[in-house]
Amino acid sequence: MAPRGSKTAQQRDRTDQRAELLLGALASAVLLLIAFMIVFVFAKAWPSFAHNGLAWLGPGGNVNVQLEEIFASPGSPADYNYTLHAWPLLYATALITGCAVALATVISMLSAMFVVEFAPAWIASVLQPVIRLLAAVPSVIYGLIGILVLVPFFGNHVITDGQKESVQFVIQLDGSSILVGILVLTVMITPIMIAITVDALRSVPRNWTEGAAALGVNRFRALRTVGLRAARPAIVAAAILATARALGEAIMLSMVAGSVAFAPNPLDGVTFFFEPAKTFASSIVDGAEGLSVEPFGQTMYAFAAVLLISSAFLSFAGWFARRAMRKYTLAPR
Amino acid sequence: MDSLSDARGMDASRSLLAGAGQLAPPVRRIAPQAQPTVVEAPASGNGHTTTLGGLAPKLQRLPRADTTPLERMRTDRLSIAYGEKSAVNEVTLSVRQGEVLALIGPSGCGKTTLLRSLNRLVDLTPTAKRGGRILLDGEDVDSFDVTHLRRRVGMLFQQPNPFPMSIFDNVAYGLRERGSKKPSRRALEPAVTEALHRAGLFEEVKDNLEHPALALSGGQQQRLCIARSLAVEPEVLLLDEPCSALDPISTTTIEETIVGLRSEVAIVIVTHNLQQAQRVADHVAFMYLGDLIEYGEVEQVFNAPVAERTREYVSGTFG
Amino acid sequence: MSTHAQSSRQLGLYARLRGGDSWSIGDRLGVAAAWGAGLLLCLIAAAIVLYMLVRGIQYLRLDEIFSHPVAGTDQSKNGGFLDPLEGTLLLTVIGTAIAAPVGVGIAVWLTEYGRPAGLARAVESCIEIVAGTPSIVLAIFGLLVFQQGFFSFLSYEATPGVAFGRSFFTAGVVMSLIALPLIVGASREALHSIPRHVREASYALGKDRISTIRRVLLPASRRGIGTGVALGMGRIVGDTAIVVILLGASLQNDPEGSIPGLSLLQGTGSTLTTYVYNNSPVGEGGSPEKAYAAAFVLLLIVIGLNFAVDLITRGRGPSWTR
Repeated sequence: MAPRGSKTAQQRDRTDQRAELLLGALASAVLLLIAFMIVFVFAKAWPSFAHNGLAWLGPGGNVNVQLEEIFASPGSPADYNYTLHAWPLLYATALITGCAVALATVISMLSAMFVVEFAPAWIASVLQPVIRLLAAVPSVIYGLIGILVLVPFFGNHVITDGQKESVQFVIQLDGSSILVGILVLTVMITPIMIAITVDALRSVPRNWTEGAAALGVNRFRALRTVGLRAARPAIVAAAILATARALGEAIMLSMVAGSVAFAPNPLDGVTFFFEPAKTFASSIVDGAEGLSVEPFGQTMYAFAAVLLISSAFLSFAGWFARRAMRKYTLAPR
Repeated sequence: MDSLSDARGMDASRSLLAGAGQLAPPVRRIAPQAQPTVVEAPASGNGHTTTLGGLAPKLQRLPRADTTPLERMRTDRLSIAYGEKSAVNEVTLSVRQGEVLALIGPSGCGKTTLLRSLNRLVDLTPTAKRGGRILLDGEDVDSFDVTHLRRRVGMLFQQPNPFPMSIFDNVAYGLRERGSKKPSRRALEPAVTEALHRAGLFEEVKDNLEHPALALSGGQQQRLCIARSLAVEPEVLLLDEPCSALDPISTTTIEETIVGLRSEVAIVIVTHNLQQAQRVADHVAFMYLGDLIEYGEVEQVFNAPVAERTREYVSGTFG
Repeated sequence: MSTHAQSSRQLGLYARLRGGDSWSIGDRLGVAAAWGAGLLLCLIAAAIVLYMLVRGIQYLRLDEIFSHPVAGTDQSKNGGFLDPLEGTLLLTVIGTAIAAPVGVGIAVWLTEYGRPAGLARAVESCIEIVAGTPSIVLAIFGLLVFQQGFFSFLSYEATPGVAFGRSFFTAGVVMSLIALPLIVGASREALHSIPRHVREASYALGKDRISTIRRVLLPASRRGIGTGVALGMGRIVGDTAIVVILLGASLQNDPEGSIPGLSLLQGTGSTLTTYVYNNSPVGEGGSPEKAYAAAFVLLLIVIGLNFAVDLITRGRGPSWTR
């Protein structure tokens, strides 16, 4: 007689099959969910794009006024107002994200070199958990410090009255600015980049570091020419990860970069950095209460659709970059 | 244990002969082309040499130059310890230009540690401690910048380690990464070409200098590393079992290259392969558990070793 | 004597400062920049931690943790943040309770089954997409879904056919989405690191695959799964956007309906994150003191979770080569 608890081969196969089906269904459910998300968001966003065409991305008019008008649309669907020229939002998103990622990449590469090669042992061992902790701090806390410390600091002590006057007919300068947004965003995304870069530098094969040393190249040069080169794929991956995080940052930016959708004007010189702006993500957060009002809600979904498209673009760029970087890794033999 | 003074004695006699204008013929020469090819097995203790039949690659040993071998490096009662464990005990050795010094011995005997101390690569290990002196052209190696030392004393590793760059960039690496002025590519070309020639690799890669170095075969990569080391024009070249990861054909090519470089560069090679030591070396140092047991000319160490341990090792009793 | 020997005399101090032969000025600047970046990093980290510590201790009073928020225009005078604290804990529990089994299930399917291969790759990409999507986008998608009348049991029906869509339930479900990729990733890694011979030994004993998974593989991956869960919880605790969109804007937890417990879940409320957000100058409550106090408690929770992750990963896991 078969021992208690064991199953025949047939029973085993059936349980296995059932388990596989169940788990597979679970996995497919998530797949379906995400597919739905993409479809629904675009479907909800479509009217906003359709009514504006390509001008949706272009400049023209004041976005804040346009959004108010959309919100105040009359009740019948035929009369909904969708007019929007979202260039200031596009510009602000690209500017803030781009500057923050560029700054973060430079700082993280230098910091990683410091941690791996030049830092005394006790500093390096303290920095590791500190970096991990910084990466885990919620964005609302960064936003809080930004708005309660940095914004008043810049508004009262750095921005001069002259600068405020020079743009007073266009925009109010009170310290909420792209500068604070970029600075805080950089601090937010740097820790994870440092962690990835440090890992990559530490896993450079010792063969290479010894080979460079044996040729009489000093530590910094060897690190720069061989270490960073070997770590290039990881650095690129970290930058892409950081860009994705920066693009989606809504809460912190809505707290420190101002609640006005504005395209900062580079011709203003230094004042350019003190001008406020809104990104797509922070606009959605600011418009959260209006989501049930039809045309306004659809415009918000249009913003979300733009964010989805840029995320997809980033993943594609990441995949492409990984292929191009393959020549830097040791080819399996 | 007077092997060292014996060696000195033999050197003295050789230099006397050389001074008298006679070429001292190498005592062992592997068969030139005309004769049937033989490969000689490691000498057993009683001095017989047995031959194995069959085809085997041959090695032409160049006639020795008729100048006194110049001493380039010397260790003076060198001791190295990793933490509490002693790896090298008071070893005194001489490295001369114009000849190849082979360090042989069983695993763990300290030969690799000794080699790596010559270009102060052991300093990269935090727990390493050094005692005694190492002299390069009469100067203590601790008295000047370590990067200068490493430009004069190059090293080749067991695993070929070309950088993830093109072939040209690999060879030019040492020349580019010293000092602030970056030489132009055109200025570097002659040096790179010559280094590749000396390493015996130029013909194979001359059309592909921009290709990634990692795409080369193992033997080619190792020769590339030789070219890379030669490009900075070192005075001494240290080889850490350079052929152990390679196939026999590549091994032969590299051994020929090594022998060819002998007159320009002082060469120290660590090897596990006793046949290889016999093929390429002029002097052999046998180490065991951190001590230098025997040092002498290659024929003497293999055919008539003085110490019992040496006899046991070269005859294959242990190791 | 070679030319090298002449240049290798020990460099004098001036020559060293000038750059000398082996450390060019560019190199020295580079080292200085690396030091600068490192010290800047230390400074900023210290500043953030110390500042929050100082403000938190300055403004946090113990009774705040245990008292409810009081409706009123001047938030700085009264009330605490017990409700938001409950909200945070509640959402974390709901989110993790959904994400953990689903995440582990998906991870198991991906590593142990994974057929057909196209479907497996699609699911992998899908998890990556979820990981890369901003939480604000996931939030409004969640709102879209849960506003359908079909889901009104999860919140309440404002007008027939249209659910309110905002409740602890709905927020919890979307929270599970942001924790999911972390749990899937960590569990997959843990499962992958179990060598093949362990599975083969179990099959050789006559166990089918699912029993092997349940009895052998999952217990062995406890550490990895635990790490993933702790990381996911950290992410849930810190998220604000989802709460803003999906939990309404009420200061207190507002139960909806008459069944205790269930009504809480169907109702709206707030969490520590939205409490901080609302009490900052961008929100309605103008009380930075409360914001600092709540932020401090939030930070402590995050630090605690981080510490837990450290503890889990530091312990010695099963060694397959012993």
